[in-house]
Amino acid sequence: MKPLLSVTDLRIEAAGTRLVDGISFDLFPGEVFALVGESGSGKSLTSLAVMRLLADALQITGGDVRLGSDSLFALTETQMNGIRGRRIAMVFQEPQSSLNPVHTIGQQIGEVLKLHRGQAKRQDIVQLLSEVGIPDPGDRVDWYPHQLSGGQKQRVMIAMALACEPDVLIADEPTTALDVTIQKQILDLMNTLRKSRDLAILLITHDMGVVAEMADRVAVMRHGRILEQASCEDFFRQPSHEYSLQLIHSLPQPGEYLQESGHDPLLELKDVRVWFAQRKGILQRIAGYTKAVDGITLSIGRGETLALVGESGSGKSTAGRAILRLEDIAGGEIWFAGNRIDHLSQGAFHPLRKRIQVIFQDPFSSMNPRMTVREIIEEGMESLGIRSAAQEREQKIRRLIERVGLEAGHLDRFPHEFSGGQRQRIAIARAIAVEPELIICDEPTSALDVSIRGQVLELLQELQNEMGLSYLFITHDLSIIPHLAHRVAVMRQGVIVEQGDTRSLMTAPQHEYTQHLLAAVPVIPQHA
Amino acid sequence: MFNDIRLAFLWSDYLIFALVLALVAFVVSVVRNPLARARWSQVFRSRIGASSFLIIGFYVVIALLDSLHFQTRLEDTTGSGAEHYSPEVRSVLDVALAPMQGNDERTYSAPFAIYSFAKETEEMADGTIARVYPRLKHGGAHLENTSEHTADIVVKSLSVIGWWLIPCLVLISLHHVFVRNAASRLPWPVIYVTLTTIVLVCAWALEMSRYYHVLGTDKVGQDVLYQSLKAVRTGVLIGTLATLVTLPLAVLLGISAGYFRGWVDDVVQYIYTTLNSIPGILLIAASVLLIDVYIETHPEQFKLLSDRADFKFIALCFILGMTSWTGLCRLLRAETLKLSQLEYVQAAHAFGVSHWRVLMRHILPNTTHIILIALVLDFSGFVLAEAVLSYIGVGVDPSMKSWGNMINEARAELARDPVVWWSVTAAFILMFVLVLAANLFSDRVRDAFDPRMSGSGEQK
Repeated sequence: MKPLLSVTDLRIEAAGTRLVDGISFDLFPGEVFALVGESGSGKSLTSLAVMRLLADALQITGGDVRLGSDSLFALTETQMNGIRGRRIAMVFQEPQSSLNPVHTIGQQIGEVLKLHRGQAKRQDIVQLLSEVGIPDPGDRVDWYPHQLSGGQKQRVMIAMALACEPDVLIADEPTTALDVTIQKQILDLMNTLRKSRDLAILLITHDMGVVAEMADRVAVMRHGRILEQASCEDFFRQPSHEYSLQLIHSLPQPGEYLQESGHDPLLELKDVRVWFAQRKGILQRIAGYTKAVDGITLSIGRGETLALVGESGSGKSTAGRAILRLEDIAGGEIWFAGNRIDHLSQGAFHPLRKRIQVIFQDPFSSMNPRMTVREIIEEGMESLGIRSAAQEREQKIRRLIERVGLEAGHLDRFPHEFSGGQRQRIAIARAIAVEPELIICDEPTSALDVSIRGQVLELLQELQNEMGLSYLFITHDLSIIPHLAHRVAVMRQGVIVEQGDTRSLMTAPQHEYTQHLLAAVPVIPQHA
Repeated sequence: MFNDIRLAFLWSDYLIFALVLALVAFVVSVVRNPLARARWSQVFRSRIGASSFLIIGFYVVIALLDSLHFQTRLEDTTGSGAEHYSPEVRSVLDVALAPMQGNDERTYSAPFAIYSFAKETEEMADGTIARVYPRLKHGGAHLENTSEHTADIVVKSLSVIGWWLIPCLVLISLHHVFVRNAASRLPWPVIYVTLTTIVLVCAWALEMSRYYHVLGTDKVGQDVLYQSLKAVRTGVLIGTLATLVTLPLAVLLGISAGYFRGWVDDVVQYIYTTLNSIPGILLIAASVLLIDVYIETHPEQFKLLSDRADFKFIALCFILGMTSWTGLCRLLRAETLKLSQLEYVQAAHAFGVSHWRVLMRHILPNTTHIILIALVLDFSGFVLAEAVLSYIGVGVDPSMKSWGNMINEARAELARDPVVWWSVTAAFILMFVLVLAANLFSDRVRDAFDPRMSGSGEQK
């Protein structure tokens, strides 16, 4: 069979640095080819180069991309415009920012149709929307993007991409911004479409689970090179490159569960509610409440990890913030180490801040870019009155930074000089600097690459064993739970639908929603 | 001779020297703090940073020289023994620029001209009466033969430049050989060139002023170069003072509105929307007229002409500042709203860091780029606003030299044929150099203080 799209020896440089270094692959009709790699491996650059959409600073210095019999690099810009959308279409990661908020989705799909076909009939648009599974397509064609959910927006993006019946669809991390259940639906949709339309899909992703679910063939990229190319089955059975093995094994194996430890409750939440008032009118009258957290009850023992799982908008982060008193609670009780703490004033709560700490999701915004690492770690110690002689404190900071796997020489650098994983280590050092008993981890690994995610989780576990820390681990990623949590609570729309020890919950979920969630997680076939 | 003078302080002099003291204190604090010192030295290590700093410094020196005022003692004519001082307040700059003063022509004359710009009726040698361009009293008065005019200018220019270039070169080579520290990474070549240029331009202008009006004369025959140099103080002061008035208001209100939200935000927003809904010019004009009335009704407080001009000037700075803080305030409010939702601010709350410290350590430093840019834009804006206000007659006192007044007069001058271009050009060039230097300098400062931009170079 002749390849539909073939990339040969593609090279991309930026100011003398090789970003993509001679990669070649072929894409056949009706197949899903997955380009896998961690951030910075050059996989997105490759896709942009195929579309000839690279930023000006980046230069294609060699190689060729052929679509059928045309060499794409030899075309003029006008000819290329005819190819984009009509023969090769693209779906991006973030549906939120890919749609124009001031036009209806019908107008936006219509625009693509008009450009390539000269006319846009309403019934064609409705037809497309129904093909990608938007309910009531006849009405929703007049909706604005903000009226749709994230998953539906991604469906609209796919509809736009399909509008001109392209041969090749490039999907750049199409499900990374979506919840697992939605991810499942979108992947299913893409699978159906490629069969019904004989579409060739170039799938760019970092998630091995998605690869296992979707791909026919896989290429692993690292530092701008393709390390390994194989059919999906062979790849998971017998990865030939060490790095591929590392990627596959960075996902914890199911079947290993942590044992529930003795239960000596450190933190207890009883029927906690966090309501946000909706205000209306000039006088800011309270017109109603958004019930972000609506009566949750849970407890965390000393040295225990409770995973609080839920999809976006389930109120799991708000619950964490309420424990930290970053949100006021509307009702219920919070007990910490035998004392009720929910009614304390900010002043009276101050000593407790030493004992309850937090690690945030985004390592890029959780540190002040204008402070050095030393200042960042020192801040909490200063403010919580862990006053000691300057020399002693300096030694402690050095110990901490070395404990989390960085060097003392890093102390005078600024956060932007570190990678995501290193920043998250600094955030951990900052939290443990005040010797807390409970750390609320708000999705600490979801912004990290898979291989780094494993390292950070390992560090957290080591610290738990050394210091007897308790974690409230807020996450949407079910795959890391078995390896990490003693107990799990599943949250949905502000309430906990099910909780229990990890093994029983993961293997025999009772609640329908939990079953649904677990079924949506892409699994890697086990051959070991 | 020093018995014959008395130091005279205007209110704006006190302010300018207070500013200098504050600047010195700031420099001392920077030198003590190793991190801040590293950042500032990065500014001065860049070529543009060093040379624009020197140019700003040159303007500031002129402004400072012009702020050392004194009065001279008058001859005791009454015999009463009481000391009387001249009502005319002069500054050290006036002494330095002595060659440019007191050589007034009758009216306009072009730069380096030896003939007047306007024809006058004169009796010729043969007794006939004719309309001719008369010779100037000062410009080129030493020339016997008018055909030597161009040659004279060239020769004099070359000789003065030559004379001053030699000591400059000697000093530079001495410094280069003996003093220069190999470890210091300042861009010395650029510093040498900038300093030499400043010295040569000054020397040349001063020397040539002894024979010509370098930038011509204005309507009443005053030297334009002298006027535009006197206007430096007005420009620098109005820019800095008015900016300094806006800054605390905008920063304090903007950041607290964005950070505390709730009723604080409501109050601040009400204030600035109200202020914004009144036309700025109207507000300024009304306030300036109020000041005028105050001066008229309290003559006893303003004995000297310069006192009145000075009072009006300071009032203008305050009025300008008070009416133009809203833009920056709104920007800062928006930025703070965004910043206070970021996770590092949340983390600080989780560490129980007090509001004050959060504001000082997390919010304020991360808004400095906005403040710096606004500062420079405001600075240039105020220098220009002064021109607009002079145009509608509510600007600085007409007796005070300012670029605004010069540009204002250019209205009529540019309508003449041939055009009188030198006055407005002089004001424009001096203003342009100052504003450009300030812009470039602030650019460097922002780069140095934004770790996200400076980091990549030093990382490896």
